Amino acid sequence: MFTVSELTGLLRTSIEEQFSDIYLEGELSNLRIPGSGHIYCTLKDKTSQIRAVLFRSAAVRLRFALQEGMQVIVRGRLTVYEPRGEYQIVLDTVEPKGIGALQLAFEQLKERLAAEGLFDQDRKKSIPAFPRTVGVVTSLTGAAIRDILAVLRRRWPTIHILIAPVQVQGGSAGRQIAEALADLNDWGSVDVIIVGRGGGSLEDLWSFNEEIVVRAIAASHVPVVSAVGHEIDVTLADFVADLRAPTPSAAAEAVVPVLAEVVERLRELTVRTGQVMLRHCAFERQRLDAGIRGVTDVRFRLQQAAQQTDDMVDRLRETVQQLLTSGRERVHEARRDLSGLNPMLAIKQGLATVPQFSKRLEGQMGVMLAQHRHRIHATLAQLNTLSPLAVLGRGYSILQTLPAGQILHRTNDVEVGQELEAQLASGRLNCTVTQVFNDSSV
Amino acid sequence: MAVVKFEQAMARLEAIVGELEKSDLPLDESLRIFEEGIRLSKNCLKILEEAEHKVEVLVQDKNGKKRIHAYSSDDKADESSS
Repeated sequence: MFTVSELTGLLRTSIEEQFSDIYLEGELSNLRIPGSGHIYCTLKDKTSQIRAVLFRSAAVRLRFALQEGMQVIVRGRLTVYEPRGEYQIVLDTVEPKGIGALQLAFEQLKERLAAEGLFDQDRKKSIPAFPRTVGVVTSLTGAAIRDILAVLRRRWPTIHILIAPVQVQGGSAGRQIAEALADLNDWGSVDVIIVGRGGGSLEDLWSFNEEIVVRAIAASHVPVVSAVGHEIDVTLADFVADLRAPTPSAAAEAVVPVLAEVVERLRELTVRTGQVMLRHCAFERQRLDAGIRGVTDVRFRLQQAAQQTDDMVDRLRETVQQLLTSGRERVHEARRDLSGLNPMLAIKQGLATVPQFSKRLEGQMGVMLAQHRHRIHATLAQLNTLSPLAVLGRGYSILQTLPAGQILHRTNDVEVGQELEAQLASGRLNCTVTQVFNDSSV
Repeated sequence: MAVVKFEQAMARLEAIVGELEKSDLPLDESLRIFEEGIRLSKNCLKILEEAEHKVEVLVQDKNGKKRIHAYSSDDKADESSS
């Protein structure tokens, strides 16, 4: 007869003896990581499962993160957790099945950092074309530093190099590299940094995959060129750097131009500048000369024109003279002709005939006058006989009112007592009406 | 920093030579940038010739302060081990 504890204890001893060190393959599930740091999970396959625990002391040695569903190969020992009567495996190491732990860790970290955007192309700074001071983070031993120094010196003999020496593998390498990068940034006058090391195994290069190094490169405000291992080795430092060089020598080449070439280029530019200016000046000089010739030309033409003008003026004068002379002649001719046609002559001639005509006219006039006189006398005589005055001579008289002078026609026109004037053939009489007799026969 | 000035000076010089060779500038403008170009090239040459070669090592002394000293090829033991 056993008690529960006794039985459980016996089971435990038995199991621990039998399965003190085993390898197990299975799928991780029910992953639990309480605050204690111990990791609890279940390992299972298609038909069975077993509880597992990875205590903190072993958990910290894990180089990758455990994930639900992961296929793993574990090493550990079996035991019984007596309080619950459960058997379980206490894990010592856990490896991912298929790829190495290191590789998996690398993939996981890479994903995480990429998700933060640390590897983005537009984060990368451009490498300065003409650095004055190059910072180098690497080991003072080894081929890398020798290669870098040799290449830098060869290309730009006067370049200033500042080395921040570090261990490039081992536990503290990552931290040292990160610190060195920060120091070179703080120094102030560093224009570009090369960080790297020579070739080695994945493990040797592992420090350049550490998160602390990646973050230090990302945080550097000085551009960083990574040069880790050989061409085929790629580390996370290479992803985050502003430029990745396949080798340390290549990094040195990327970072600094060849001084001799730059000096040559400078000289060439200077010469070309001078040459092109000379050409410009020669060209402008030609233009100027052409201009001057043009001006001289104009002056000559002006003089010619002046001379021609004088010539023409002379000819004009001559022509005018000629015209005047011939004109004058014609005037003289015309005058002569004209004097021939002088009306005075005609007048004189005419006047000569005037007395003749005059006499004839007088004669004629006399005759006509006599005739007229005669007629007038005749008419007068006639008139006389008709004249009222002649009538008077025969004994008639004209009666006129006084003072008005109106000639009396009818007896109605007068009143008794009115004064009248009677005109007789010779002389006048003042009369007064004493009586009026209306003659009804009138 | 002198770095950026040199780069800018070289770039400006290249630009000036390009402009002059295009030859569509009036003469006084050409003269002006020609003078600028000559000045720049003299300065650049001076900068290139006056830098001195220095290789130094950044170390941390006992007090934790950073200082530099000249590098020599037997500088192997000076790695920070803290």
